[in-house]
Amino acid sequence: MRWMWIDRIIEFEPRRRMVSIKTVSLAEGHLHEHFAADAVTDPSRGDRPAVPVMPGSLILEGMAQTAGILVGHAEHFRQKVVLAKINRAELGVDVFPGTTLRYTAVVDRLDAMGASTHGTVHAFKLGSGSADAVAIGEIDLMFSFIDQNMSGMGFPQHNFVFSESFKTLLRMSGIDADF
Amino acid sequence: MTRDEIYAKVREILADTLSVDEEDIQPTSTLKGDLGAESIDYLDISFQLEKGFGFKIGQNELFPQGVAQDPKYVKDGRVTSEGIAALVERLPHFNFDRFKQDPQLSKIHEIFTVDSIVNFVQAKVAAKG
Repeated sequence: MRWMWIDRIIEFEPRRRMVSIKTVSLAEGHLHEHFAADAVTDPSRGDRPAVPVMPGSLILEGMAQTAGILVGHAEHFRQKVVLAKINRAELGVDVFPGTTLRYTAVVDRLDAMGASTHGTVHAFKLGSGSADAVAIGEIDLMFSFIDQNMSGMGFPQHNFVFSESFKTLLRMSGIDADF
Repeated sequence: MTRDEIYAKVREILADTLSVDEEDIQPTSTLKGDLGAESIDYLDISFQLEKGFGFKIGQNELFPQGVAQDPKYVKDGRVTSEGIAALVERLPHFNFDRFKQDPQLSKIHEIFTVDSIVNFVQAKVAAKG
């Protein structure tokens, strides 16, 4: 499983809504190279060590994967669905290891050329239960079905977007992945 | 809904979709050249117009597609007179007068002006009653 930024799909209404979760773990290598912008790290001054935080760009990728699967499923994974535009991305707080992120993606518009989605990101501390989830941001995206692009540009025949990694994730989440 | 009201709302939608100041949007502004629209923005604009005005826009209804792929319509990088006639019929909201003088395919985006979108919306709103 490479470059998967969601762990499991937990709710799914085809063509309408998908909810996924991702638990941020200190075992993830990228966290050891990414710290809060206001971190201070001079031990000689008695500063505390920098605290690793989940990069906002990867939180955005988690939403893009959630919304992308939702949109891809609506077209039975026949279309190559690519993230084409980030209409809005607002994340209000840093996310630390031990936090579970919950991505809720809702289809706003869907047609033969592409789709737009509205997304909300919640965070809750592992073990505290989803009832304690706190909304931490909103991410609105646009997806293009690239074989339908206006310029008529050609792309490889096989669907390189929905790879085996995605199929494994779908199967693990109880969603049909025979395509 | 008057044309002025439509224009004001189209301006608002374009400012939001293309991240430009409303003051920079004029009726003659071209979407790509003046306002910096990229190809995905055309789909975004369609979606926002549908939402904002409450009508449905069919594929190929607002912006021309498939022109470049049709050998009848494009020859040596130029849109043929047959191609222009087909476009004029299919997309009455665009003004092709200037384009006709030098119909290079690479310049077709110059017909995508703010005014052409207002024309389109006005016709759709009138059809809806």
